[in-house]
Amino acid sequence: MPELLRYLLVILGVVLAPLTIAAGLTWGERRLLALFQDRYGPNRVGPAGVLQVLADMIKILTKEDWVPPFADRPVFVLAPAIIIIATYLSFAVIVFAPGIAVAELNIGLLFFLAMSSLSVYSVALAGWASNSKYALLGSLRSIGQMLSYEVFMGLSLMGVVVMAGTFDLGAIVRAQAGLWYIVPQFIGFFIFFIAGLAETRRIPFDLPEAESELVAGFHTEYSGMKFAMFFLGEYVAITLFAAMLTVLFLGGWHGPGSQSTLVALGWFLLKTLALIAVFILIRASLPRLRYDQLMEFGWKVMLPLSLVNLLVTGAVVLWRG
Amino acid sequence: MVVEAQTDIIAELRGRFPGVTAQETADGVPTAWAAPAAVRDVLRYLHRDAPRPFRMLYDLTAIDERTRTHRDGQPAGDFSVVYHLLSPERNADVRVKTALDGDAPSLPTITDLCPAADWYEREAWDMFGITFAGHPRPRRLLLPPWWEGHALRKEHPARRTEMGPFPLPDDAHLAYEEQMRFRPEEWGLATEGEDFDYLFLNIGPNHPATHGVLRLAVQLDGQEVVEVIPDIGFHHRGAEKMGERQSWHTYIPYTDRIDYLSGVLNEFPYVLAVEALAGIAVPDRARVIRIMLAELFRVISHLVFFGTFVQDLGMMSPVFYFFTDRERALSIISAITGGRMHPSYFRIGGVALDLPGGWEPMVRDFLAHMRRQLDEYLASVVRNGIYRLRTVGISELTSAQAIAWGASGPVLRATGLAWDLRKQQPYGGYDQFDFEVPVGTRGDTYDRALVHLEEMRQSLRIIEQCADAMPAGPYIAEHPLATPPPKARTLHDIETLIDHFLGVSWGPVIPPGEAMGRVEGAKGMYSYYLVSDSSTMSYRTRIRTPSFAHIQLLPHISRGLMVPDLIAALASLDFVLGEIDR
Repeated sequence: MPELLRYLLVILGVVLAPLTIAAGLTWGERRLLALFQDRYGPNRVGPAGVLQVLADMIKILTKEDWVPPFADRPVFVLAPAIIIIATYLSFAVIVFAPGIAVAELNIGLLFFLAMSSLSVYSVALAGWASNSKYALLGSLRSIGQMLSYEVFMGLSLMGVVVMAGTFDLGAIVRAQAGLWYIVPQFIGFFIFFIAGLAETRRIPFDLPEAESELVAGFHTEYSGMKFAMFFLGEYVAITLFAAMLTVLFLGGWHGPGSQSTLVALGWFLLKTLALIAVFILIRASLPRLRYDQLMEFGWKVMLPLSLVNLLVTGAVVLWRG
Repeated sequence: MVVEAQTDIIAELRGRFPGVTAQETADGVPTAWAAPAAVRDVLRYLHRDAPRPFRMLYDLTAIDERTRTHRDGQPAGDFSVVYHLLSPERNADVRVKTALDGDAPSLPTITDLCPAADWYEREAWDMFGITFAGHPRPRRLLLPPWWEGHALRKEHPARRTEMGPFPLPDDAHLAYEEQMRFRPEEWGLATEGEDFDYLFLNIGPNHPATHGVLRLAVQLDGQEVVEVIPDIGFHHRGAEKMGERQSWHTYIPYTDRIDYLSGVLNEFPYVLAVEALAGIAVPDRARVIRIMLAELFRVISHLVFFGTFVQDLGMMSPVFYFFTDRERALSIISAITGGRMHPSYFRIGGVALDLPGGWEPMVRDFLAHMRRQLDEYLASVVRNGIYRLRTVGISELTSAQAIAWGASGPVLRATGLAWDLRKQQPYGGYDQFDFEVPVGTRGDTYDRALVHLEEMRQSLRIIEQCADAMPAGPYIAEHPLATPPPKARTLHDIETLIDHFLGVSWGPVIPPGEAMGRVEGAKGMYSYYLVSDSSTMSYRTRIRTPSFAHIQLLPHISRGLMVPDLIAALASLDFVLGEIDR
């Protein structure tokens, strides 16, 4: 019975934690951006503005949830749900601390890649179902972008898999007890980081939204709670990628000091939040690439680089026996 | 103005075209009258065949002459059409006018000679009902298609209260909306290619990248731009018509609203024109104050340009830094003038107030701060790799094309031609200052942005020279027409008191004549062409703005670009809707 209780608690935690972080990010990102941009950001509601999250929630829930008459209604409603479900399911396989995971699958990494591929449907269907030109252009861009960036995103992780010899995320973290993979697999880390930016559609890869060109891209026609799901979906995805980077390259829960589960969780959280801050810093400092430049960069630079990385890693592992 | 061969060109024209007569103008621009039948030939000669031809159609407008009383021997006619050509090679202007009779005047078009005449002729049709036979698209430009009458004709009401009630029943509303719909076939655009349909994207009038109410109808082949049709007029407020109903003095605040980002740079050409008509010499202190504020506003306007331009490239932070710096500059403006974006500070004959105590440390602080910032912007924005990828080689323009389309300001200078009126035809005392004219090489988006950045540095140099050598003395001329007149003398004799009273209550009566005041505005050559009929109000106020020409040229630099580049090219033109639509 205590075993079942513990399991339920973990599930509850895994459901609530990303949501809390994502909701907190709606405030945190704005505060951080404001810091980088020499202004205040939301600082009125509650201490340092933290209750802004609540205020936004009330606002967005009471907004009219409008479905344009020209939209394809069932698909239009389904699209925002897909992004939340797909990104959320990935959290199931992440191992946060020894024994703290919903499902420690032996193919955890593949499951993550599969789920992240699913989320492209959300953006594609949203743009298509909106039946609006701006949304269509946005979703066209996102399909091209996400499909081509998926290719080397998977490849960039193969170096880690070769080194750890497993797809099991828990085993990968345990293999990093001595040396974090960011050192031997720095190129893999770099490529996966960039792919993560592209998958979450953040500057400089925010072409599907591109507010100065496409108004709001694929979610131009969305409002109310459906818009909020895209909005939250983006933050959940950022949290997911930061967590994956932590698991795969930054040694997961490993850290100096006590080995208790709580400390391990603390390390995991710290690393994830630091990575999220880097995501936000990048958003504040770079301009947006053009569609053809983005594709060129993906296919001509990142793909060969990730292949070379895999080859070299494989060769070194074989040579060492 | 130091302009060569001012009268030669008229003599040359009279030799070739016997019917041509000359007109004296207060601004010294050679002005010739030609018969309607001959005007095309005269223009063809000037624009194409003359040695060092007048390649730029600087302006084309009309005057409703029907109620004018002082015409000083000009040919009689109900309407005059004014063509203003400019030759950068000669550094000279020439104005050609022609008189038309009747209620439905007509002239042959010159769009085949000079494509840039397109919008100007449409505007003349829109505002005066003058038809240009052979114009490819004789449609309204600024007013909506369902408008009745021609707004700048004297019989057209100038105020809302002079018109009847304005009913807008639902069916009429829908019909109007339907007329605004973009129909590709009306513009001669194909709706389908060989085995595909074109996508027509309606960008604006409400879109983040149009920075105002500009509408672009874009024909797309996938992500590639095939054709762009700009649709303007959503911001039209009848500024020229208002000029005919405001006294010379009370029109100054209206000028601020034309290019609402560059404050006194709007007032500058207007007061120059009025002063030319009235023959007022501005005292030195006022001249230097004007230049200092004009350059501050150039910096302010360029900061807005750069911030929004970079934002359109997807860079979200710099706009905040630029606007913070702009706020510092505006705090100086508000300390000196009391206003911010609309300072209404220049006066006929000088400025409204003397500089307040403590202005100099404020200005010097700003100079020191801004110089540091400019270096930082160069490092953090211009040297960014993605920024260069997005701007270098995009929407290139040659000097010849730029001149043919009437481009000026940074757009022209980015092509490599150092054409800056402050150097070429110094006005208001600019010949006393030491500065350079930054130019580009390729005339692309990158160069246009960089020219803006370097111009800010030069403006800071000029401001510094103003602060170093601010002359003492009066800040407004001792002239009976200077407004408001200096008060002190009114306490001594009744005649001056009466003049003062009339000048303040009715406004000054400016002697009859025609004059253009022109400055190098933040966005390019910017002028007010005023016709005075010896009244307290202008008889005709023509505002020639640089953005109008620049937006007309947009389609020619954006064909074949991708949508993001179209947005970058558009932003790099540094336009303001208030200035395009007036």
